Amino acid sequence: MTHVHTQSKQLGMWLFLISDTLTFSTFLVCYAYARLANPNWPTPFEFSPGVLTAMLMTLILLTSSLTMVFAVQSMRDGERPVATRWLAATILCGIAFIVLHATEWRHLWQIEKVATSGNPWGVPLFGATFFALTGLHMLHVAGGVIYLSVIAIAVARGKFSTEDVETSGLYWHFVDLVWMFIFPLVYLMSVKA
Amino acid sequence: MTWLRTHVFSTDHKVIGKQYISLAFFSVALGIMLSLIMRFHLIRPDAKIGWFALLWPTGATGGIMTPELYLSLMTIHGTLMVFFVLTTAPQGGFGNYFLPLQIGAPDMAFPVLNMLSFWTTFLALLTLLAAFFVEGGAPLGGWTAYPPLSALGQIAGPGQGLGMDCWIVSIALFSIASLMGAINFITTVLDMRTQGMDLMRMPLTCWGWFITAIISLLAFGVLLAAGLLLLMDRNLGTSFFLPAGLVVSDQLQNHSGGSPILWQHLFWFFGHPEVYIAILPGMGIVSTVLSVFSRKPIFGYKAMVFAMFAIALLGFLVWGHHMFISGMSPYSAMTFSVLTLAVGVPSAIKTFNWLGTIWGGDLHFTPAMLFALGFVSVFVSGGLTGLFLGQPAIDLYFHDTYFVVGHFHMIMGVAAIFAMFSAMYYWFPKMHGRMMNAPLGHVHFYLTFLGVYAIFIPMHFLGIMGAPRRYSDFKELEFLADAGVLQKFTTHSAYFTAAVQLIFFGNYFYAKRRGPAAEVNPWRATTLEWQPSSRPEVHRGPDVYSLPGAREDFVMQQDKK
Repeated sequence: MTHVHTQSKQLGMWLFLISDTLTFSTFLVCYAYARLANPNWPTPFEFSPGVLTAMLMTLILLTSSLTMVFAVQSMRDGERPVATRWLAATILCGIAFIVLHATEWRHLWQIEKVATSGNPWGVPLFGATFFALTGLHMLHVAGGVIYLSVIAIAVARGKFSTEDVETSGLYWHFVDLVWMFIFPLVYLMSVKA
Repeated sequence: MTWLRTHVFSTDHKVIGKQYISLAFFSVALGIMLSLIMRFHLIRPDAKIGWFALLWPTGATGGIMTPELYLSLMTIHGTLMVFFVLTTAPQGGFGNYFLPLQIGAPDMAFPVLNMLSFWTTFLALLTLLAAFFVEGGAPLGGWTAYPPLSALGQIAGPGQGLGMDCWIVSIALFSIASLMGAINFITTVLDMRTQGMDLMRMPLTCWGWFITAIISLLAFGVLLAAGLLLLMDRNLGTSFFLPAGLVVSDQLQNHSGGSPILWQHLFWFFGHPEVYIAILPGMGIVSTVLSVFSRKPIFGYKAMVFAMFAIALLGFLVWGHHMFISGMSPYSAMTFSVLTLAVGVPSAIKTFNWLGTIWGGDLHFTPAMLFALGFVSVFVSGGLTGLFLGQPAIDLYFHDTYFVVGHFHMIMGVAAIFAMFSAMYYWFPKMHGRMMNAPLGHVHFYLTFLGVYAIFIPMHFLGIMGAPRRYSDFKELEFLADAGVLQKFTTHSAYFTAAVQLIFFGNYFYAKRRGPAAEVNPWRATTLEWQPSSRPEVHRGPDVYSLPGAREDFVMQQDKK
């Protein structure tokens, strides 16, 4: 077994993110198609709680990107305990995002009666695209939380280098970036007029 | 445990390469058998075959094959051949084995990822084959799995139930495996080259694998997403690919708002680049083999590299030519048509450069060389018929006929397979330390060459006569009454060509155990894999042959002088 260059890991992560961009783009293209093909597309999101929750989630994700930057910086400065704490903060933000998102899903599901197969407004693709897009994204956040936990535990034990933390940072910022597309396209464009 | 580590769950690129090749061998053998059963059925649709009933109790009750069974055989044949043979063997097989050796790298950049990639592919193959054994049997939709029928479940046909789910999961797994492979290949080429191995000093084989990996990286993510959406349509009741008012099996389907054309766009955005995923590694291999056995440098190395990039780029812009009859605007069709015909330019550059390479060369007709020349031949034959299909007006007539079947088998199937034969005869001494029998290789080549033309040229005529593809039986089509003789000829050619492949397999397995020992560099080639030395420094490009004043007529890439 050969030694893996750390730069190679970062290159590998960039390549994965390129392919993942294509996967998300496919979902977004389908969403765009669905909206264009269904002129009676519903716009059900009230400012409160719908959009407000989504804004809070956006804020949390943005904060988590900032704590991730601090984690990488602390690793560069050689302060592993500090880096571990920043990583933990990032993970907590990720979990908070998932919890808020889950309540949002539950609200849509149980109160608004939106399912993947249909909804009260008669445009089944509304729920389908919503759950597909946010579901794929939430899967990425959940994966990121697990990934960062592995990194954080290793960093706390004195293993892994700055580059490894940077590589995980690339992934986390990407997940954050994807949300910056989903938030306006899915929520803000469907605010109740 | 050590045996498992070194032979099964190995992270060594050479072992993984061989595992991919074994997987492709198994798949190609199964794929050929399925095609022979289909060809048999086409000329004797009413035959009662006892073991059909044994294998497929519901699909062939009493031994007579149902149209549904024919379609499921065709689906698995296509999926096996496109994904598990043409995508795995050239890239995962030969690429894994020889890319690190040729660029002087100790292994691939991510050995564990490499192993995972193979085993995910293996799992995908098992999932696909499981489709034969689940309730309803294998899916009926072909390797393109067009909705709406693929998105509805059992109601659309026996194999469209659980079998279709198996198919989609298999393809999703395969996409993930291919993405892992693509990341590995690109990183290896960019990060792991030995000292002095500039990009423009890489053998063209490495360029082929590198560019194929770039295409895979961009294409498989889309297929994965499309597969997930199709699974949602089937299992979560969404309507991405299903319009309103659909009546299937006399029942109104409770879906609305989606479009089957959306799937066609997504599928072919992947599907067309997939064609180049199958053929580009072959182009690299053929370039190297022609150069070695002409004892001449490749003609126009830079042009070859840029032509491959041009093909890769254009490959992403032409998916609409698979959809000319889907009701697209004539303006779109025109655009796709012009872009499609533009692929002819880099393809012609490559073909002329191959001819330029052998022009005036000192040709050595080894089996590897013969198959490389055969590749150029079938590539031209298959490419020319592509010009017909690339024009909307002519495609209206040829679409979904045997003309298309003949065309893509020639350019995608046979051409890529010829390149793999060439690679196998060429690299066998390196992989197994022994020589394959050359006279048998000659016989194998000439008979195969005749055989494939005998199979696929008549298909073009069948297509011109209007024979539709994917029909299990032509009895009712009176205008094809005269085509029976062509069908018979094609079927017997297929039997013949399949039988000829036994010569290859016999030669291969015999040589693996008993073949005469090979020299270190039997073909007197210049690339690094023929001179084992750890991380050599490289001083020149890959093909310096017929050099005046040199000790031999070639100089290795790592030699100072």
